[in-house]
Amino acid sequence: MAVIGDLLVQFAQMLVVLGLAPLLTGFVRKVKARLLRRQGPPLLQPYRDLIRLLRKEAVVAENASWLFRAAPYMIFAATWVAAALVPTFATGLMFSWSADLIVIVALLGSARFFLALAGMDVGTSFGGIGASREVMIASLAEPAMIMVVFTLALIAGSTQLSTVATHMIHAEVGLRVSLGLGLIALIMVAIAENARIPVDNPATHLELTMVHEAMVLEYSGRHLAVIEAAAMLKLLLYVSLIAAMFLPWGIAASGAGPAAYALGVATYAAKLGIGGFLLALFEISIAKMRVFRVPGFLGAALMLALLATLLMFMTRSFG
Amino acid sequence: MTVVATLPLILICVAALLLIALAAVALSRSESATPLVYGAAFLACLTALATALQHLLAGAAAAEIVLPLGLPWLGAHVRIDALSALFLVVVNLGGALASLYGIGYGRHEEAPARVLPFFAAFLAGMNLVVLAADAFSFLLAWELMSLVSWALVLAHHRDPENTRAAYIYLVTASFGTMCLLLAFGLLAGPAGGYDFEAIRAAALSPELGALVLALALLGAGSKAGLVPFHVWLPLAHPAAPSHVSALMSGVMTKVAIYGFIRIVFDLLGPPDWWWAMILLAFGGISALLGILSALMQQDLKRLLAYSTIENIGIIFIGLGLALGFGANGMPAAAALALTAALFHVFNHALFKGLLFLGAGAVLSATGLRDLEQMGGLIHRMKVTAFAFLAGAVAISALPPLNGFASEWLMFQAVLISPDLPQWGLKVMVPTAGAMMALSAALVAACFVKVFGIAFLGRPRSAIVAEAKEVDRFSLAAMLALVLLCLLAGIFPGLVIDAIQPAAQMLLGGSLPNQSAQPWLSIVPVAESRSSYNGLLVFIFIVFSAGVTTLLIHRVAQRRLRRGPAWDCGFPNPDPVTQYTADSFAQPLRRVFGTLAFQAREQVEMPAPGDTGPARFRVEMRDLIWETCYAPIAGIVDVAATRLNRLQFLTIRRYLSLVFLALVGLLLVLVIWL
Repeated sequence: MAVIGDLLVQFAQMLVVLGLAPLLTGFVRKVKARLLRRQGPPLLQPYRDLIRLLRKEAVVAENASWLFRAAPYMIFAATWVAAALVPTFATGLMFSWSADLIVIVALLGSARFFLALAGMDVGTSFGGIGASREVMIASLAEPAMIMVVFTLALIAGSTQLSTVATHMIHAEVGLRVSLGLGLIALIMVAIAENARIPVDNPATHLELTMVHEAMVLEYSGRHLAVIEAAAMLKLLLYVSLIAAMFLPWGIAASGAGPAAYALGVATYAAKLGIGGFLLALFEISIAKMRVFRVPGFLGAALMLALLATLLMFMTRSFG
Repeated sequence: MTVVATLPLILICVAALLLIALAAVALSRSESATPLVYGAAFLACLTALATALQHLLAGAAAAEIVLPLGLPWLGAHVRIDALSALFLVVVNLGGALASLYGIGYGRHEEAPARVLPFFAAFLAGMNLVVLAADAFSFLLAWELMSLVSWALVLAHHRDPENTRAAYIYLVTASFGTMCLLLAFGLLAGPAGGYDFEAIRAAALSPELGALVLALALLGAGSKAGLVPFHVWLPLAHPAAPSHVSALMSGVMTKVAIYGFIRIVFDLLGPPDWWWAMILLAFGGISALLGILSALMQQDLKRLLAYSTIENIGIIFIGLGLALGFGANGMPAAAALALTAALFHVFNHALFKGLLFLGAGAVLSATGLRDLEQMGGLIHRMKVTAFAFLAGAVAISALPPLNGFASEWLMFQAVLISPDLPQWGLKVMVPTAGAMMALSAALVAACFVKVFGIAFLGRPRSAIVAEAKEVDRFSLAAMLALVLLCLLAGIFPGLVIDAIQPAAQMLLGGSLPNQSAQPWLSIVPVAESRSSYNGLLVFIFIVFSAGVTTLLIHRVAQRRLRRGPAWDCGFPNPDPVTQYTADSFAQPLRRVFGTLAFQAREQVEMPAPGDTGPARFRVEMRDLIWETCYAPIAGIVDVAATRLNRLQFLTIRRYLSLVFLALVGLLLVLVIWL
């Protein structure tokens, strides 16, 4: 019975993240527009965009290879699997033991690997510039993320995300300097990885300022829809990840009753709302930086995360 | 077949390889020599592989034979135990697939007589290093391996770059062997027991132990390509024919690591904790500098050679952790770190072999090693492109392939290390972990560059646009390696279990039996702590990609139109408008290269109104060469110039010099006694 329950939660979770991801993106856009005193697109616009893209025919460049057409599905699958492994409203996911936090980081790395390759497939200069800058950003963001994972794993004694979330609720973790540093680093990484301002601009169509958009410039129709959906999933994944690791309160434990699940869903929705609002607020209050300022930004994230890990190594001997 | 017979069978295979080498000398003029030699080498390696694998999986006891060769009072000891069986598998797996590849690739060889005999002897030499169980035969086999590979580096000797590479390789290899000779001299002690059994029984003082460690680092580390002893590696590995490059990078560096493990973990006795610091420092620096140098390369094979240095660094980090845990009496943790390192040894042999074979396929199809001339090969060489992509994914440590599994284990080993008592290690281990994470991300960047520039985009030269897919033997070898990378990635537990007897033998601890875990997960410590299931992750990815593809193709508009590239409305058909390998690496060069290579960019703009072209120049310096090697080379040069005068003396002066030398030596003797 417990197995069936867990399996149901796992599948519900996979569908929830998929269903909610465009809503979160729409919400962030709406809040941004309202904060700028604009009307903004309706909340459900991202869904409409995706459906519209799915209806259109796909135009593929003449010299595109099979990789160009396969990459969107690989990117989507890797991101989806990663998102499905992050507890949203309940821990105790059926398959959480099959992959830990390091695997989630690596799955996102796989998605990025294929996205960068897809950007280079047609052989246009924009694709190249996007891919080249994306790997530069990733080369600093990924180790920073791994260091944050190390910090949390050392506190919780496990790299399993469900265990980390459970540990953060139940155990007396208290306020720790490492946790604070890790949280700041993780937020910086999340901003960079999701191509948000100040690192990249998701709304830009000025070619020289874009990274993510430059890589997907050649995509259209269903391929673009899948890639957009993957990007939305990734944003949701990072918000859920931060929520599960640093604010796990309200999350339902494995095998809890329906009331707990309902509470979990409600708090999860609230966390997403708060996360989306803060992201929008942050984005409108800061200007985009030059691309060669980004290494400084991410280097700071890496150093903060390394400091957090070093502190954990030091304090373990006293604790 | 009983287990007892493994060692003789492997020895017969090695003898067969040596005979093949001799036969190749005789045969090399004939047309059919190439397929015959490679075919025979393939069979010999396959037999040895099967035998070693059987020994390993059956968990057979160590066996030793003393052959009546070598020093008369010592004989040649050969021995197979868990560690050597593991490395025999690596050597013969790489050897078998390189031979299979050679059946096809070797046809393009202009002077097969310069490759065939040495190829078989090289395989025999590497096998013998792993089998040797006394210092004399170990060094003899080591030197055979070095000299024969030197001859292979010189296979295309008309290229002056290759002669220089071979010269530097010869000097470094001789220096390395000399260090190992001294190390074994110290290990054998005044009594001179060169048998490994006697060395193991003898105890060294801590100072001498540290000296042996330093000599082993110099000797085996220089062969493996540890920074700063790596200078020969990126020159020599690419110079050899590609299947030999695959062997040198994928297998010979692993034999060097075997030598290091054998000396430091097996023969030297209990370690000091600070040895771990040295290994971690060398490993971390090798990992970072190796991959940064790889990123800056435009020569495909040289890039792969630099990436080997990175992987050696990762392996040495694992070995350092194992030493640190071992010195603090934590055998289970030490076993985890050593397992991670040995797993990475196995994985690197697979994917670096695969990538070098892929580079060889590109080389034989286009004659090019320069990335800037390639592009769009995915259209012309579909299977090679697929295999190379799999290798790139594996080396970039992306799940579910094998590179990720060993990297994951390595991170798990780092996460146990706060329990280490020493403060030095507490600071060093997370730093090494950060260096490992940083280099892992850079590897992905590097291989996006390689695959994106060489195989994707549009052809940058006419010959690439006309490239033809390579022969079936080469493809079979590459696809076999792809399959092995996938299998080792989704069933990592099987490889880990095969490593455990070696860990048990060296450290007295081992990981829990992985094949007993439910669903074939790997669980290094306990399930509550961490587990990873490559098979399930693989199934999830395939499942969700499949479902998405099916659904999208059912629901969405299925029409697909081919059109010109969009490129923001200004597509330019000229292939030079694409990103190049150099421009791809430019952001990373600016971020890391200004420090690591003192990279400087200069833009020379023509004066306003001048229609001349603007010029862009990048200057990078090899700091290690400049600080460590150039001074030595300078001193040798100055000394040689000074001593040059001695060549032009009169006969009287020579005679007086001889007389003075004799008197001097006699005086020394008198004072000494």
